[in-house]
Amino acid sequence: MLDLQGLRFRAAFFHSLRSFFVRQQFLEVDTPIRQPLLLPELNIEPLASEGWFLQASPELCMKRMLAAGCSRIFQLCNCFRKGERGRLHLEEFTMMEWYRTNAGYEDLMTDCEALLGALLVDLEVMTPCAVFNESLRVSGNSGSGRVISLHPPWDRLSVHEAFARYSPVSIEQAMAVDTFDAILVEYVEPCLGMERPLFLYDYPVELGSLARSKAGNPQLAERFELYINGIELANGFSELTDSQEQRQRFEQELSLMDEERRQRSRMPERFLDDLAHLDRAAGIALGVDRLLMLLMGKESVGEVVSFAPVDF
Amino acid sequence: MYTAADLRKGLKVQIDGVPYIVTDFDFSKPGKGQALYRCKMRSMITGNQLVQTYRSNDKFDKPDLEERKMQYLYCQGEEYHFMDTGNYEQLVIDKEHLGDNVNYMIDNMDMEVLFFQDKPIDVSMPMFVNLMVTKADPWAKGDTSGSDSKPVTVETGYVLQVPPFVEEGDKIQIDTRTGAYVTRVKE
Repeated sequence: MLDLQGLRFRAAFFHSLRSFFVRQQFLEVDTPIRQPLLLPELNIEPLASEGWFLQASPELCMKRMLAAGCSRIFQLCNCFRKGERGRLHLEEFTMMEWYRTNAGYEDLMTDCEALLGALLVDLEVMTPCAVFNESLRVSGNSGSGRVISLHPPWDRLSVHEAFARYSPVSIEQAMAVDTFDAILVEYVEPCLGMERPLFLYDYPVELGSLARSKAGNPQLAERFELYINGIELANGFSELTDSQEQRQRFEQELSLMDEERRQRSRMPERFLDDLAHLDRAAGIALGVDRLLMLLMGKESVGEVVSFAPVDF
Repeated sequence: MYTAADLRKGLKVQIDGVPYIVTDFDFSKPGKGQALYRCKMRSMITGNQLVQTYRSNDKFDKPDLEERKMQYLYCQGEEYHFMDTGNYEQLVIDKEHLGDNVNYMIDNMDMEVLFFQDKPIDVSMPMFVNLMVTKADPWAKGDTSGSDSKPVTVETGYVLQVPPFVEEGDKIQIDTRTGAYVTRVKE
């Protein structure tokens, strides 16, 4: 269980997150944690609940809210993903998602820089904050400390360039033999965001099922991930708002899911109906526990949630 | 059968006919990507390290391992004779399979022997054993010039560093994980 000092820090952190978005005229929303169907995602296994599911992300409901006319919304909520456990994973974790209309993924990158700046103003004075003077202290492998400058602007690196720089094989080769994730984890991620935070952007379109393809290059999706100290913190993208194209992508995802899990999943029809009413928009999911872990100078997400599985 | 989801530190799995123990485990899942189970494993037979990344669909056999309570009887050259305390069966284990454990084994000691497919591959000792010092240089009382430890030999022939006050005929406790002196034992 988190100690009193930790609980206070976590509460101040949540308060600061909310204040930032409220100040920017975002509307705080809440959507059901338990839903009858989720967006089809091959690599996310939901936790079942009496024939329904615990949400893996509030994305489906929040995008329907955008389609209904909301222009800036955010939500801080708990999400669930079955079987995810480790230093950076808990089956139940805290997510911050925000969405904007009339925006693209580069606007979300700017949001991230501004958000962290605002958090530091509120939290730097607290204990145990690992940030001083916009510098985040992290422990290295040998126990030696390093410092990561959080001062904006942060680094931006395309996925192609990252593979060219750090991977032993090209991104095309990795995609062809289905080792993109393995190479990313083994060779690329450990180099990302080590001196200052980094946005890894423009993923192969196959890896952004809900992201808009890049203007002028349909092989890429306008999707990015934020990395600090080799740790992936947020996944954002320009939303795919073409409901025909989204239906085709879901069909592909659903057929892969049927093969893998031998169970039929449903097409989210009402989501697709609503998508037709949505114009340009962008949205992002931030792993709040991981960010808190970095700010508190901890090594695992289990150390910064009020109760971890080991506490029961 | 185990699946990748069962992997964790300490799990024993069989890969290509060899039993391995997972010594380090890390779950990773890059944003919306595949779940990857990164493992460091040690062969329970050769001690060799294996580093491997598995995916959700990978499966593993459970190794056929059995731990039996045995008594160490005596040694003849490189051959160490044991008796199963359950059925009184006797068997011989080669010195090379016992490794450093021979440093702490005295006749009639109870131990656990690990079998893989009915072949002994490892023994586990108590964490601490008490052994008699058979050879030690005398300690000159009041000698403040010397170092704070000296070598002694115990009844198994093992040589270790102990504080200068330990004498021949003393019993000392040794930590079998590190081989280091713990304390002098009064009997």
